[in-house]
Amino acid sequence: MGYQRIEDQLHVVTQRGEVGFIPYLTVGYPDVRATVLLVETLAKAGATIIELGIPFSDPLADGPTIQKASLQALQHGVKVVDCLDVVTQARKRGVKTPLVFMSYYNPLLAHGLANIAHLACQAGADGFIVPDLPTEESGPFHDACAVEGMALIPLLTPTSSPERVALGCSKARGFVYCVSVTGVTGARQDLAPDIRPLVESIRRSTSLPVAVGFGVSRKEHVAAVGQFADAAVVGSALIDVIGKSPRRQVRSHVQAFVAELTHVKKNAEQVRL
Amino acid sequence: MATSKTTGKVPDEQGRFGPYGGRFVPETLMGALDELTKAYDAARNDAAFQAELVSLLKSYVGRPTPLTFADNLSRKLGGARIYLKREDLAHTGAHKINNAIGQALLAKRLGKHRIIAETGAGQHGVATATVCAKLGMECIVYMGSEDIVRQAPNVLRMRLLGAKVVPVVSGSKTLKDAINEAVRDWVTNIRTTHYLLGSAVGPHPYPMMVRDFQSVIGLEARQQILDAEGRLPDYVVACVGGGSNAIGTFHPFVDDSGVHLVGVEAGGQGMETGKHAATLTAGRPGVLHGSYSYLLQDHDGQVLEAYSISAGLDYPGVGPEHSYLKDMGRATYVNVTDAQALEAFQLLCRTEGIIPALEPSHALAYVRELAPRLAKDNIVVMCLSGRGDKDMPIITKALGMT
Repeated sequence: MGYQRIEDQLHVVTQRGEVGFIPYLTVGYPDVRATVLLVETLAKAGATIIELGIPFSDPLADGPTIQKASLQALQHGVKVVDCLDVVTQARKRGVKTPLVFMSYYNPLLAHGLANIAHLACQAGADGFIVPDLPTEESGPFHDACAVEGMALIPLLTPTSSPERVALGCSKARGFVYCVSVTGVTGARQDLAPDIRPLVESIRRSTSLPVAVGFGVSRKEHVAAVGQFADAAVVGSALIDVIGKSPRRQVRSHVQAFVAELTHVKKNAEQVRL
Repeated sequence: MATSKTTGKVPDEQGRFGPYGGRFVPETLMGALDELTKAYDAARNDAAFQAELVSLLKSYVGRPTPLTFADNLSRKLGGARIYLKREDLAHTGAHKINNAIGQALLAKRLGKHRIIAETGAGQHGVATATVCAKLGMECIVYMGSEDIVRQAPNVLRMRLLGAKVVPVVSGSKTLKDAINEAVRDWVTNIRTTHYLLGSAVGPHPYPMMVRDFQSVIGLEARQQILDAEGRLPDYVVACVGGGSNAIGTFHPFVDDSGVHLVGVEAGGQGMETGKHAATLTAGRPGVLHGSYSYLLQDHDGQVLEAYSISAGLDYPGVGPEHSYLKDMGRATYVNVTDAQALEAFQLLCRTEGIIPALEPSHALAYVRELAPRLAKDNIVVMCLSGRGDKDMPIITKALGMT
C-alpha cells in the first residue's frame, strides 16, 4: 500500500529489464464510469502505475489537450469525491496497480489536507502528484501524506538547480517525476535532448526510481527514456486517443495504443539494430 | 513629518503576509522567481536603478499626478472634503504604468527582452506595450476573448504600440484565464522571458514588488494631502480587483493608525445573485495563480467565474496583502454593484468634468455613500485609478445612449 506499493512495483519492472509505463487519465473524461473501465484496461495491459487527474478549473501547468479534458469533466459535474470513487471501484474490480492522483493544490486544500490524504488512502490510492506545489510549500501536505503512508511525488525540471534537485529529492517517496521540457503538458514530436543530465543529477540525490514525463507519446520515446530513467509517463497522447475514439470503442482504441508502450525492454534501442 | 513604521514588515522571506502569499507554482518557475527576487532586492538598493525609474516616472509618465480637491462633488454630497488622486492623468491613462516601468527596467537588468503580460481591462496591456515600445522590448499580451470585445479601444492601442495581442478562449475568457495562459507561456519560455504581471497577485515576489512600484501613488498622495490640508485624511478609498492600485495607495498609510483604509470590490449584479467579483466579502482562502489568498471557489475547490461590468475588477482572486490587511482588521472591504458604479460614474462626469474608468467608479460609489455621513472637516482621499475612455462602448450600451 501507499509509497511502498509504488516503489515495489517499479522495482519489479526494473528487475524484468523493462521501462515502466505510467499512463495518465483525466477522471471523468469521457465520464466517470469510463474512467473506471479504462483503469482496468490499462492495468490489464500492463501499466506500471496509473495517474488519475483530478479535474481543475485552472490547470496552468497543462497544455490544450488536458485543459480540454478537465473542462469537459467539470462541465459534466465531476467532483473530487468521484475521483476517490474511481479508485474504490477499480480496487473492487481487482486492480492491483499503484494508483496516483495528479491534482492541483486548491481542490486538496478545499477538502482539508489531512482529510483528503486519509480519504485517498482509504479508497486505495497510493500517492499524489501536485504540479503547483513546489518543495518549499509542500510541508503540510507532505506531513498529511506521511501519516497515511502515501507518496507525495516531487516534480523536477530542466530549470531545477542542483540545490533544488537535492531539496526535492530529500522528501520524496515512491518515485521522482522528471519533467522533460520547460513547458506545459502535451504530446511532442521529439523528446527533449537535455533531459539526461537532469536524470543523472537526480540519481546523485536519491536511490528512488525516476520517471520522465511531458512530451512522451510514442514507443521510441519510451525506449529512449529507458536508456537512463526507470519509467515514462504518457498523458496527453492517451487523452487524445480517448477524445478521438467513438464512445463504444474507447477501450479497444486505448488498448491498441498502449499495447506497444508497455513491457518495452530497457535495451530496445540495441534490439532494433 | 512622522513616517515611523510600527507594524511588522511584510512579506517575510518566503513571501508570506501572515498566512497569505507564498509560491504555489510549477517547479519550472521556481528558479526564475528566486532570480527575480534577488534582482529586485539588488535594484531596490541600487541608486542608478532608482534614478532611472524616478526619471522615467517624472519625464515619461508625468508624475507626480495631481491630488484634485473635488469641491463640487464634496458640496453636492454635503459631507467630507473629497480629494481625488489623479492616476487617470498618468501616461496611458491609468496607474498600471507605474508597475510596468519598474518591472520592465528590472527585466532589462535580467537580460530578458521578451515581455509577456496578461490584461483584463486592457490598461495593464497598454501600459506594458507602451513601456516595451519605449525600452525596445518584444511584447506579447494575453487577453480573454470576452475582454477583447468589451475593451476594444485598448486592443487597438496595444496593436498600435507594437504588441501582439493573443486572445484567450479557455475558461471564462477573462482576466483569470489570461493569467493562466501567460503562466503557460512563461513556463515554456522561462529562460528568455519576463512575465510582467500587472496586479499585486501571483507568487512571491510579485505581490511585494507590484505593491512597491505602485506605492508611489500613496506616497505622493500622503505628501500632497499634508501640503493641502496640513493633516492626514480620515479615509483612503480605492477599488480592488487584484488590488494593485489599492495596495499602492494604502501601503504608505498602513502605519497611520488614524487613517481608515477602505477597499471597494465589484458587487456586480448584487451579492445575492452570485454574479459578482467580491472576493474578500464572499470568498474563502485558497490557492490561485501562485499565492494563497481569499478566493471565490466552490466547495470542491474549483475557482468560480467572477462577474463585473468592469473588466479590470472581474477577477475571482485578490492580492495576498489585502487578505492580510482584512484579517488583521487594518483595512475594510466593501462592495458596490454595477448600477451603483454607473451612477457614480455619471455623477463625476457632471460635477467635476472628469470621466473616470468603471473600476474607480466603484470606489466613487462607496465615497458617495460615505461622504454625507461624515463631518464637513473630515477628509477622504480616493484613488481615481484610471480614465474612462476605454469604457465608452460598454457605457453607451449600459446607459442606452446609442
